[in-house]
Amino acid sequence: MGESRKALSLISGGLDSLLATKVVQQQGIYVEGINYFTGFCVEGHTHAIRKRDRARPKRNNALWVAEQLGIKLHIVDIVDEYKDIVFNPRYGYGANLNPCLDCKIFMLHKAAEWIDANGFDFVITGEVVGQRPKSQRKDTMPLVQRDSGIGDRLLRPLSAHNLPPTLPEREGWIDRGRLYGFSGRSRKPQMALAAEFGFEDYAQPAGGCCFLTDANYSVKLQDLWQSRGERRYELDDIMLLKVGRHIRPRSHFKVIVSREQGEGNFLSGYRKQYPSLNMISHGGPFALLDGEVDAEDVELAARIVGRYSQGRDANEVELEYCTRDGNKTPLRVRPMNADEIPAEWLL
Amino acid sequence: MNGRYETIDCQRLLCPMPVIRVQDRVEQLHAGDLLTAICTDPGALQDIPAWCRINGHEVVETETRDGEYLITVRVGTG
Ligand code: SF4
Repeated sequence: MGESRKALSLISGGLDSLLATKVVQQQGIYVEGINYFTGFCVEGHTHAIRKRDRARPKRNNALWVAEQLGIKLHIVDIVDEYKDIVFNPRYGYGANLNPCLDCKIFMLHKAAEWIDANGFDFVITGEVVGQRPKSQRKDTMPLVQRDSGIGDRLLRPLSAHNLPPTLPEREGWIDRGRLYGFSGRSRKPQMALAAEFGFEDYAQPAGGCCFLTDANYSVKLQDLWQSRGERRYELDDIMLLKVGRHIRPRSHFKVIVSREQGEGNFLSGYRKQYPSLNMISHGGPFALLDGEVDAEDVELAARIVGRYSQGRDANEVELEYCTRDGNKTPLRVRPMNADEIPAEWLL
Repeated sequence: MNGRYETIDCQRLLCPMPVIRVQDRVEQLHAGDLLTAICTDPGALQDIPAWCRINGHEVVETETRDGEYLITVRVGTG
């Protein structure tokens, strides 16, 4: 007795991790939160970029959850290490490019290392048996515990009654009778518990916690790998996939065209890394060219960009082409007609 | 008596990267030191103060100029 036990809670920013943490705090356990940033997290990004979304600033849900709970939050950049999970998931992908099972294993492995290094006793997640098709099934849950090395130091307070007792329950640090037995996809029990705790205004993410569960995003990521002939990405690549229209007229390059001013501003921040096109004669988008391009490619790209400008019906529009080193050349082209852009070009 | 004063460049970084940069830098600093983050993502205006409130630090100044946000944090005792 005496010393307070310490738990590390995996905070995604959703309701489940909020509730799971609260349940454990109520049993007198000291909790800190951890949030892993993979680069694919839905948090903020596109909202921050698109101008029309700026009016209602987007909060970071993981920080919001931590504040509600009054706990410290560690945000950990795992962008580089995570690549291997995305490229070679041992247990494969979900419906899109989401390697959920491997992702869970990886995060819990990191969490196990963290508690060992920081003298914490166990880890909490908001997982619920049967909630997600692959990563939260009754038969995959023990596998995640085994492969991550966390073993029975993992407590899932919302679903504990459906699972064998864990170390904190067996040791009496946690009263199993005050945990829950939620299962399945219904959100009703969670919403009821949230009401009981007085939590309002919590995030209700539609799909998973990341862009990899998004079908359109996965198509663009697959296209990126295909065009490079290898599975490779940098943080900038995966950020850019969240922004603008992506059009691939030739296998060796694509055009990223802003859809509004906020995206244009964001894309123009990449002018030193990518050749770009800017509309001169008419209002219109800013575009980046991703790939090694020759003069013919630039002209084709300019005609595509013209299509999305206010000069789309003009005979000729003027643009400025800018290389990575900042060399600028004016360019006059005829904008493409809608039917000159085949559907396969649009990613 | 004066602590250290540092700046970090978080331009073009999207949230939560500016928060992560601030967090990792603050870990190397001491209570009372000041750190200014230069950000371009307006999300940082919310996220850095929220991170400070949670972790016991204080935002002492916020300045906006030409699409840049300068957020100055005084390191707390943690
Ligand atoms: S949705 Fe994304 S972050 Fe969540 S478990 Fe799956 S791969 Fe990991």
